[in-house]
Amino acid sequence: MSDVDAMMPAIDEIHILWISEGMSCDGDSISVTAAAQPSIEDVVLGLIPGLPKVHLHNKVLSPKVGGEDFLAPFRAAARGELDAPFVLVVEGSIPNEQINGDGYWTSFGNDDAGDPKPLNDWLDELAPKAWGVVAAGTCATFGGIHAMAGNPTGCMGLADYLGWDFRSAGGLPIVNIPGCPVQPDNFMETLTWLLYQAAGLAPVIPLDDQLRPTWLFGKTVHEGCDRAGYYEQGDFAKDYNSPKCQVKIGCWGPVVNCNVTKRGWMGGIGGCPNVGGICIGCTMPGFPDKFMPFMDAPPGGSVSSAMLGGVYGPMIRLLRGITNKTVNKEPKWRHNRAELTSGYDPRWGN
Amino acid sequence: MATTPERIKPKVNVVDMSWDPITRIVGNLGIYTKIDFDKQEVLTCKSTSSIFRGYSVFMKGKDPRDAGFITSRICGICGDNHTTCSNYAQQMAYGVKPPPLADWIVNLGEAAEYIFDHTLFQDNLVFVDFCEQMVRETNPDLLAKAETTPAPRADQHGYATIADIMRAFNPFEGAIYKEALVLSRLAREMFCLMEGRHVHPSTLYPGGVGTVATPQLFTDYLVRLLRCLDFIKQGVALNDDIFDFFYEALPGYEEVGRRRILLGCWGAFNNPEHVDYQYRNMSSWGNEMFVTPGIIVDGKLITTDLVDINLGIRILLGSSYYSDWEQEEMFVTHDPLGNPVDRRHPWNQTTLPRPQKRDLEGGNYSWVMSPRWYDKRTDEHLALDTGGGALARLWVTALAGKVDTPYVKSTGSSVLINLPKTATTPESTLEWKIPQWSNALERDRARMYFIAYAAAMALYFVEQGLREVRAGHTKTFEDFDVPDDAIGCGFHEAVRGLLSHHMVIRDGKIANYHPYPPTPWNGSPTDSYGTPGPYEDAVAGTPIFEQNGPDDFKGIDIMRTVRSFDPCLPCGVHMYLGKGKTLQTQHSPMFGAQTG
Repeated sequence: MSDVDAMMPAIDEIHILWISEGMSCDGDSISVTAAAQPSIEDVVLGLIPGLPKVHLHNKVLSPKVGGEDFLAPFRAAARGELDAPFVLVVEGSIPNEQINGDGYWTSFGNDDAGDPKPLNDWLDELAPKAWGVVAAGTCATFGGIHAMAGNPTGCMGLADYLGWDFRSAGGLPIVNIPGCPVQPDNFMETLTWLLYQAAGLAPVIPLDDQLRPTWLFGKTVHEGCDRAGYYEQGDFAKDYNSPKCQVKIGCWGPVVNCNVTKRGWMGGIGGCPNVGGICIGCTMPGFPDKFMPFMDAPPGGSVSSAMLGGVYGPMIRLLRGITNKTVNKEPKWRHNRAELTSGYDPRWGN
Repeated sequence: MATTPERIKPKVNVVDMSWDPITRIVGNLGIYTKIDFDKQEVLTCKSTSSIFRGYSVFMKGKDPRDAGFITSRICGICGDNHTTCSNYAQQMAYGVKPPPLADWIVNLGEAAEYIFDHTLFQDNLVFVDFCEQMVRETNPDLLAKAETTPAPRADQHGYATIADIMRAFNPFEGAIYKEALVLSRLAREMFCLMEGRHVHPSTLYPGGVGTVATPQLFTDYLVRLLRCLDFIKQGVALNDDIFDFFYEALPGYEEVGRRRILLGCWGAFNNPEHVDYQYRNMSSWGNEMFVTPGIIVDGKLITTDLVDINLGIRILLGSSYYSDWEQEEMFVTHDPLGNPVDRRHPWNQTTLPRPQKRDLEGGNYSWVMSPRWYDKRTDEHLALDTGGGALARLWVTALAGKVDTPYVKSTGSSVLINLPKTATTPESTLEWKIPQWSNALERDRARMYFIAYAAAMALYFVEQGLREVRAGHTKTFEDFDVPDDAIGCGFHEAVRGLLSHHMVIRDGKIANYHPYPPTPWNGSPTDSYGTPGPYEDAVAGTPIFEQNGPDDFKGIDIMRTVRSFDPCLPCGVHMYLGKGKTLQTQHSPMFGAQTG
């Protein structure tokens, strides 16, 4: 109760400015249309008691035809003239625009001169003015697939760009909701928490050191997996025909923070190792590099599974803790310095 | 004006109009046009994409088995089409054929993807352009007419007038808009049953699937599929009513988004009884697919042979931010049948990004390259389009006359789709007939029919999958070794059209990998031969029916044209509505002669 009391004044109307022009596939926007707990239309139509009135500005779902008509609220927010507070949702990894001369990697509309306006310029203008900033999906949270070794764009996660100690106008750190794509209900539930918080009905959202909601990412895939019983019996799948535990054929579940095996993908259906798909660590800061090649057994997996006969629980937890720490770190080439260190040798001559 | 006798001063009202970004699509697309408001026609169009991500660059040196997991991330709406296509290419390279059950399961997942994706795009994104709110803002006279026009198929869908249908499309509020979101979720549950997760699948591997194939899997899928069928049957009737009304109420609307009939389809739904994924047999098993591959030029089907299709692919530059690869290494000089492979073929492409300022006036303006298909009969590099996917699939399948199942049958000039009785609708046979034009309305109409096609094929695939399981053939994965040196190619249909993946393996690692999804074909900029991309030439020449002038112009006819292709630019494009900057108001003899 005291947490709630300590918060800022309640907000009764709020904009969601959603930019998917990071280096992304827009898969997080599409994923959100799959959510039913709650659905995006429930939130937009005001069907959840207590939430502020929400104005959603998302390119995929916008009723506008496009262009300036669509960009108007973004431009107003950048000038500090939007009529209500806003949550900035960023989708996609943030490129390094300091390494490509006169060119650009990704833009969102045009600037005053009629040239493409880079995403990074928008972020510089909007993020400090936002009531809250949300990074949707692993590209935006940690860099993701486009930030793989050998990438030409030098891209990174939003916190690498804005700084891990960034605070929004509402006094919040960035809220990271990883997943490739983001699990639909994980996103909507986190957004709903923030909206309750804005309305003065919830305390500050609890986040871990990677800025992830603790109730969603506090457990591992393995801890929620219904195949973990096979693991306990030392009975492992040798190839993808088997319904048994997949740690010897590529599953990283024991060291990956994600709730998909508990929540399923949508409506409780689907998921990853629980339905025959190895966990490739897609929610993690170390994704994808630290999990490749995906179809080989993770090194830690064979060590801990070999120990099943003797030393049990505490030792396994210790070993997994070490690996978990490693994969919870991004590779070192994801940064916003004016240099490309991904291993790619550019020929554009800057 | 018309009565001014002396010195005619033909005031040409050509305005620069652009939309950047375009909404209700996936990815970054900008469309830059010059519009003649006197003639009510678009003069020129440029299509640009403002995003580069670099898959073909960062995949080099990686484990080839990772390709399906990585390439899914190209697309946020049909990522699974990439995984599937990549696995096809890998299976060729590794020489592995998955157990038949695995192919049926992949077909079921892909059918659910078509149903989900076409529904979400049609009803929640495209139809906003045809909804009551939008028509009121752009063509109030048309809306007035719609209010008094009875819907001819009201008995099938329950909406009394055309305007009632339009209201049902209103975003977030309209009944069909809301039902479509719910249906798109149901179809995605079907998808997740087969492929684990949407949009990036978890259970697909080269060599098969990890999906647990028990009878329950098929039960859970089938009951959901049957629940989709009422909506689908009614949807076809609703779509026909709307599009027929546009032709009737706005004579000349067939010219909106019309272009030369140049359609490509790379085929979908492999038949496990025939496919062995080997290149040398590809001509034969390609023709057994449940959506036939092929190329249509000016209405004629010129090939259905995947080897011909493969060898004709050329990647051109011309207006893109890349350096040429003429001086780079050739990876594949001959295909496994001994045919020479061109330097501009994806197997031999080297991607050399060259970031630079955008120059829309005669320079480079897009991160998308220009894929073309070389027609050796005429020595032309054809700018094929996909008709948004569904149009090319139905058209090729109809003309080829090869698909013959109890649920879908090609007649040589049409496609028959049989759907069983469901809760509120009787058993029905739908017939998609080859249209007169390749234009915006026919691309949109085909999409709804293809949803029905995919649903009907899914019924067939459920039967086949269950037959395998009941016979005890429950194996879903076949093991393989990755060779040190190999090549592979995969052909598939992404939801919005043709999709290919080309891979070269050296020393057990990826030496070259090039995915070519539909949007680089459809959304490509003008190529090195000066040939515009399909969006560009479909928009150029499009008549303007919108009643608003330059000051409050929405560009609805242009938007309908562009969205009819189902743009999806993560795969490869960026509209900006400048505040109608007047480009030239001038005395021009050429324009003047044409203005009244």
